[in-house]
Amino acid sequence: MQPSQTPRLELIGITKRFPGVLANDQVTFSVLAGEIHALLGENGAGKSTLVKMIYGVMQPDAGEIRWDGKRVVVTNPKAARKMGVGMVFQHFSLFEAMTVLENIALGMDASIPARDLEAKIVAVMRQYGLKLEPHRIVSTLSVGERQRIEIVRALLLNPSLLIMDEPTSVLTPQEVDQLFIVLRQLAAEGCSILYISHKLHEIKALCDTATILRGGKLVDTCDPRVETSRSMAEKMIGGSLKDIQRGASKGFGADKLVVQNLSVAKDGHFGIPLRNISFRVRAGEIFGIAGVAGNGQNALLLAMSGEVPCDDASVTVDGVKVGRMTAKQRRLAGVASVPEERNGHAAVPEFSLSDNAILTARDRLGMVTGGMINKRASVTYAGEVITAFAVKSTGPAALADSLSGGNLQKFIMGREIMQKPAVLVVSQPTWGVDAGAAGAIRQSLVDLAATGSAIVVISQDLDELLSLCDTLAVINEGRLSKPMPVADAKIEEIGLLMGGVHGEGAIHAA
Amino acid sequence: MSPEYIIAAIVTIVGLTTPILLAGLGELVVEKSGVLNLGVEGMMLVGAISGFGVTVLTFSPWLGVLGAAAGGAVASMLFAVLVLQLNSNQVATGLALTIFGTGLSSLLGLSFTGRIIVPFLSVFPDALAKNPIGRLIFGYSPIVYFALIMVPAVYWFLKSTRAGLILRAVGENDHSAHSIGYSVVMVRYAAIAFGGAMAGIGGAYFSMVITPMWAEKMTAGRGWIALALVVFAGWRTGRLLAGAYFFGFLMWLELFAKANGFGTTLPFLQVIPSQFWAAMPYVMTIVALTIISARGTAGSNAPACLGRPFLPST
Repeated sequence: MQPSQTPRLELIGITKRFPGVLANDQVTFSVLAGEIHALLGENGAGKSTLVKMIYGVMQPDAGEIRWDGKRVVVTNPKAARKMGVGMVFQHFSLFEAMTVLENIALGMDASIPARDLEAKIVAVMRQYGLKLEPHRIVSTLSVGERQRIEIVRALLLNPSLLIMDEPTSVLTPQEVDQLFIVLRQLAAEGCSILYISHKLHEIKALCDTATILRGGKLVDTCDPRVETSRSMAEKMIGGSLKDIQRGASKGFGADKLVVQNLSVAKDGHFGIPLRNISFRVRAGEIFGIAGVAGNGQNALLLAMSGEVPCDDASVTVDGVKVGRMTAKQRRLAGVASVPEERNGHAAVPEFSLSDNAILTARDRLGMVTGGMINKRASVTYAGEVITAFAVKSTGPAALADSLSGGNLQKFIMGREIMQKPAVLVVSQPTWGVDAGAAGAIRQSLVDLAATGSAIVVISQDLDELLSLCDTLAVINEGRLSKPMPVADAKIEEIGLLMGGVHGEGAIHAA
Repeated sequence: MSPEYIIAAIVTIVGLTTPILLAGLGELVVEKSGVLNLGVEGMMLVGAISGFGVTVLTFSPWLGVLGAAAGGAVASMLFAVLVLQLNSNQVATGLALTIFGTGLSSLLGLSFTGRIIVPFLSVFPDALAKNPIGRLIFGYSPIVYFALIMVPAVYWFLKSTRAGLILRAVGENDHSAHSIGYSVVMVRYAAIAFGGAMAGIGGAYFSMVITPMWAEKMTAGRGWIALALVVFAGWRTGRLLAGAYFFGFLMWLELFAKANGFGTTLPFLQVIPSQFWAAMPYVMTIVALTIISARGTAGSNAPACLGRPFLPST
């Protein structure tokens, strides 16, 4: 690469203000042709806003965007695509009930006859080794396959800049490897790639340059290959990284939670049935369940929390059969749970924090007597949770909706943990939570386990499970693999277990 | 039953079916774009008085039909502005549109009460419709043929055109459609206007064909049957046609029972009150919904965003 080369994309002093926040403050950087450029930062650092301006979804308040050296105003996504910008969204912009072909056609600006489009799609898929069936309905596809649709859709437009927003957060390690092969091939052909992620080891493996944002400001532009993951993480959070503090290992106690041959019929047409799931979690143990989204994690959480009843003997807590118990009875028996969806499942967005505290803590903490709510008890408890878990809010009267994702998650975790449950089941405890809050949440789980509770963590984030858990199992198509101690676990093996029938990785490696 | 009688019955059923088929097709397109407009009854009434009024003033039933379409579309725009621009609740706004449309049509109709027009009947030469079979094919108002042509037209539009694909995409996932760069609001405006125009023409069938005069609330709740029809049809155009004729048949049974038709031919059905048949379309809709639910979501073609306001900022 010659230093005199005109950058493909240049951002100069880009500023974007929302009511109450400065989302981007004087951000300046450039992306060269054929460069894989990482955009790094915590949630809320302003990455998404910046990308939305490049893709024409939003307009900057100040600053300019240059494309091949010329100043441009990107009025809408259509204009961006015409200019040569392709984008693969983090939350796929796919239409579940439509076919792969229809989904791709919707992403094209010109009307192309279905047959020609299909031929083009097949050509692109062959060129980059992306496997897809054009006539499949999207709702039947795995997450990796869905991402391939987005990638094919973007590639059909022959982009000269491809923006990838958190592309690997839902992929198996093998799928990630395949994606990287495609991206490297694209870069070698001269396409620039703007790669948004917070997974530092991936950025080190893939990217030529990294631009780090924090609080809307550009902190540093560096070469990720010479930086360490730790140094980049510290630039990202603007302080030193805290490791999880573990007390001296006391070993595990007796079996707390025992799940024996748990089977649950599938819920709805797209649901996943649970098949013969067995595992046990001892006092003081953190048991991790890895897996790609949509392999029965939700059904498992619902079966644990009591929202879906199961065979009486299939779930026992301290030797007591709880399978037939309702969610309320299970809470009284000491089982607390935190579902994946914060707004609407774990908490009611339109309720205050104290009212949300009543929803799960009422029985264990006596907040309701004779059908009347003891408001003072709930406000006091919510206040305690807010203090103990450093939840940023205006107090117990704040609406759940008004909290950021990370803060609401801290509150919900605190609400359950401070009830001192015998068993805690959590799904995606740090999903969409910034690194600081994620560290605090993980620490609180470790601390709870140290008091002798049994903890089950269901997560798609393998790094998180490996750093947090004592034992690990993988869920795939509703079946749970044999549990293994984390100390003996191998990433490749876990990846293969995650792959199952949908994953291409399993076939490739076999 | 004589063949003559059966043909007369079929002609009656076609007449009963046409308004709900038109309004149902319109509402199908609206719902496919993700909007639930419960104001069909109100739009039909506005269409009925608009069509009648324009025909009285211009002596042209063709202009009357255009007037009915325009009237229904204008009424629907009121709903569209509230729902799309101000993000009001679609169910409440739709109900308000029905109440408003009923009142507005009564008000507009005051000056037309007692006026009579020439019914907008067959435009084919009388000779063609003279024998019973000819009557079965050629004996209808142009509105009937229009409704029948619109069935494959809507099917083709939704399935094979790019605009139809975009409309379905907006109803399926409004946020995705927005992020790709389609205007969710504009697509929904167009769909709602089409739904209003179709409901308007459906309403005009009452005031221009069935009884060529104006009477308050003359659509008699058929807008609600059209809404039920869309659900009954599982949001599929072909089934909507079949369902419309099935409902038309049930409505004919109601009239038949009222006229004591069962008395001579099928005495054991005589004990069933006519209200039973009037309720049947709704009962059948519940049955259809139960079947769809029991088979899981695969049996339903319901748009995923139906009834949800689109708030692009979140």
